[in-house]
Amino acid sequence: MSAIPLRTIHDFPGGVHPQENKEQSTRTPIAIPPLPARLVLPLNQHSGAPAQPVVSAGEHVLKGQLLAKATGFVSAPVHAPTSGTISSLEMHPVPHWSGLEESCLILLPDGKDEWCSLSPIEDYRTAEREELVERIHDAGIVGLGGAGFPAAVKMSSRKASKIHTLVVNGAECEPYITADDMLMRERAAQLVSGIEILQHMLAPEQVLIGIEDNKPEAIATMEKACAGKAGIEVCTVPTKYPSGDAQRLIWLLTGKEVPNDSRSVDIGILCYNVGTIVAVHDAIVHGKPLISRITTLTGSALSRPGNVEALIGTPAEHLLVFAGIDNDTFHTLIQGGPMMGHTLDTTAVPVIKTSNCFIAGTAQEFPAAPPAQACIRCGLCADACPIELLPQQLHWYAKSQNHDQLQHHNLFDCIECGACAYVCPSAIPLVQYYRAAKDEIRTHKARTEKSERSRVRFEQRQARLEAAAAEKEARRKANAEKARKLKEAKAAAATAPEKSEAKAEAEADPIQAAIQRAKAKKAARAAGTDSPAKPAKPARPQLSPKQKELKIQLSMAKAQLKKSERALPQMEEGSPEANKLKDDIALVQKQLEQLQTEFDAASSAPAEAPAATEKPVKAKKPALSDDEKKRKIELAMKKAALKKAERALAVAEEAGSDQVDTLRQARDEKRQALADAENTGVQA
Amino acid sequence: MDVLSLESVIYALLALLALALVFGAILGFASERFKVEGNPIVDQINDLLPQTQCGQCGHPGCKPYAEGIANGEPINKCPPGGQATINALADLLDLEPMALDDEHGEEKPPMVANIREDECIGCTKCIQACPVDAILGAAKQMHTVITDECTGCDLCVEPCPVDCIDMVPIATTTQNWQWPLPSSSEQSGMQLIATDKQGEVA
Repeated sequence: MSAIPLRTIHDFPGGVHPQENKEQSTRTPIAIPPLPARLVLPLNQHSGAPAQPVVSAGEHVLKGQLLAKATGFVSAPVHAPTSGTISSLEMHPVPHWSGLEESCLILLPDGKDEWCSLSPIEDYRTAEREELVERIHDAGIVGLGGAGFPAAVKMSSRKASKIHTLVVNGAECEPYITADDMLMRERAAQLVSGIEILQHMLAPEQVLIGIEDNKPEAIATMEKACAGKAGIEVCTVPTKYPSGDAQRLIWLLTGKEVPNDSRSVDIGILCYNVGTIVAVHDAIVHGKPLISRITTLTGSALSRPGNVEALIGTPAEHLLVFAGIDNDTFHTLIQGGPMMGHTLDTTAVPVIKTSNCFIAGTAQEFPAAPPAQACIRCGLCADACPIELLPQQLHWYAKSQNHDQLQHHNLFDCIECGACAYVCPSAIPLVQYYRAAKDEIRTHKARTEKSERSRVRFEQRQARLEAAAAEKEARRKANAEKARKLKEAKAAAATAPEKSEAKAEAEADPIQAAIQRAKAKKAARAAGTDSPAKPAKPARPQLSPKQKELKIQLSMAKAQLKKSERALPQMEEGSPEANKLKDDIALVQKQLEQLQTEFDAASSAPAEAPAATEKPVKAKKPALSDDEKKRKIELAMKKAALKKAERALAVAEEAGSDQVDTLRQARDEKRQALADAENTGVQA
Repeated sequence: MDVLSLESVIYALLALLALALVFGAILGFASERFKVEGNPIVDQINDLLPQTQCGQCGHPGCKPYAEGIANGEPINKCPPGGQATINALADLLDLEPMALDDEHGEEKPPMVANIREDECIGCTKCIQACPVDAILGAAKQMHTVITDECTGCDLCVEPCPVDCIDMVPIATTTQNWQWPLPSSSEQSGMQLIATDKQGEVA
């Protein structure tokens, strides 16, 4: 009926011809089922990181509104398929092999089906490529053929590589599934428009639409739609499972094989499913996100099998009822085709972006697998394998968990098409062995990687702790060294005290200086209170600093007295604390009186004495200026030096050392310095 | 003739000597240039250990235990690694695989630490205990576990003064779920040929 194929079709090895069972679901046009009572929207409908919800329970959303945003590079957002209220975020069964639950947003439709405002791109031809890629990403478009790989990531993952061929996958080789067939028959115009958008974006030299020859109507429609379009070619490929696998189709159409461990983009070929391209058209031309898809409902348990445009999130049971399910004969629910699909435990699972088919089979249609028997090494599986692997070898190694040999035999190139298991006369569930082995190897690899990371982290922590300990040790050593030096210096000062040295010492270590100052003060105080004879010892001009010293003592005692007196009324009368405090006060008062008399006795400068005696506390306060303080510190330091010198002298005299004279000289010098400093202080 | 032959013998000896010197130099250079740091067997053993750094073997970390094994310690002291690690070690060291030594604990499913965050008082004790720096927090601030880095070693549980750390088994999700191997009953328990089975049913 159609033109002679211009292109040589490169047959791939292996493959099988299972019963097609496609005619049941192609009799009626694509139907639109009624709105379900609730929509279940899994956050992870694609390969990659799950989306993150941006709405909260109770929020009213409009059709097409963003519900969950993509997280990370390989991820896709989720949009509201209709208007309604978000009731909750809960764990719900999803169409996954494991039968486990995933977190899903539950949307209760309000029946209005009210769109949010859409912003289509008026003319994609004038739009930047990046903008279009972003649109496709934001529309949540993933590969609708089954893998669910985010479409935008696919086209932008290899920026540098030039795409020379765009392969449009309309082969649909799996039995039962007719979603792509019906889509091409009914939406050829949108598909071609989508292809043109991709042509604008990727500028491929050729666009090859691959369709299996068991879909003559789709081929005819597509040929008509593509007539006169430059660079677009409809290619008919012979019906053979699994020609719909992207890499098999690329082989069929171009004769090129995608190398192990790389993607088709690496050899300049990009492959999209027809449904994905229609979704791209909707996203760019209408601004609509991906909120529905064509899903085939088929199987002997349905009285009205056919294709529906189902909203994402529609529970399978709702669709099965729409397709006239006969609950008496219904036995198995399969998502996907009978070759690569998997059974589902419950009909509550929703349609997700990758749900291309639900098969409601009867027991006769899908009988339980016969018991597996021993491999007889017939080699049929090797003949059937489209990747030219050695399935029986892989089977042995998977059974014995020989991971090295499995990888050596390229287990990870297996596309799990099931052709080997289909032809196996011993009914060995080969693909399940491969899947289990792949998961085992992946888990093992992940565990090894984690333990490697843990090792590195542990070692880094050890190194850090060791460095910290070493630093501490070094500090301790440095301090010990300093203390030792100080000691040495002190010893040196004891034998030959020199003002400069003492000073340098004091300057070198502020703490030491502070201690010295404190000591000097203490000594001075002791001198003031305990030995009234001592004040007479210093020369005349030293009397005024003595006065000062006494004044400080006085004011300190007074302050203490005041404090105690203030505390007294707060105490309970007659309690032991109060009595003690009273005694203290009396003691302090006595001391104060004594100090006062001493002060009076010591004072020989009449100009200063009255002021000090009359109001010692008040006189003290203005004396606390910075200058004063500094001088006081200096004084204390000098006093300390003097004390030291005196002590050294005493020691020397006791020992009868010959250094007595030099020491005495040093002491006198210091005394003089002290007197000078005090004089300047008084003058100031 | 005699002289000639003696000469040739000397030449041969000299040639051999020269060769010996040259090769000796090459070997000497190679042994310096390609020197292997540390004991390679320790690293190989260490690679097989699970690196939880839990100390259940009695060593302060996996590397010290690897060194212990290299010095002849039993290979069955690692509960987190379990039988798989013992078998791998036995394979590497050409020893008989043995059962896990109960003294050091039993094999448990992989766990991860979880801090009940509203109970955390921010004492940083668990941070100091964590061998792989997988706990994040500061003094008087709430702490949390970096789940991806947690080895499930248990060491943070003991120091917590308010007992707010739980060890929870890693939950199976669709992300980490594994296909099981076809069950053994299908394989060995029912070694019938298909016609036998059909006969039974009919």
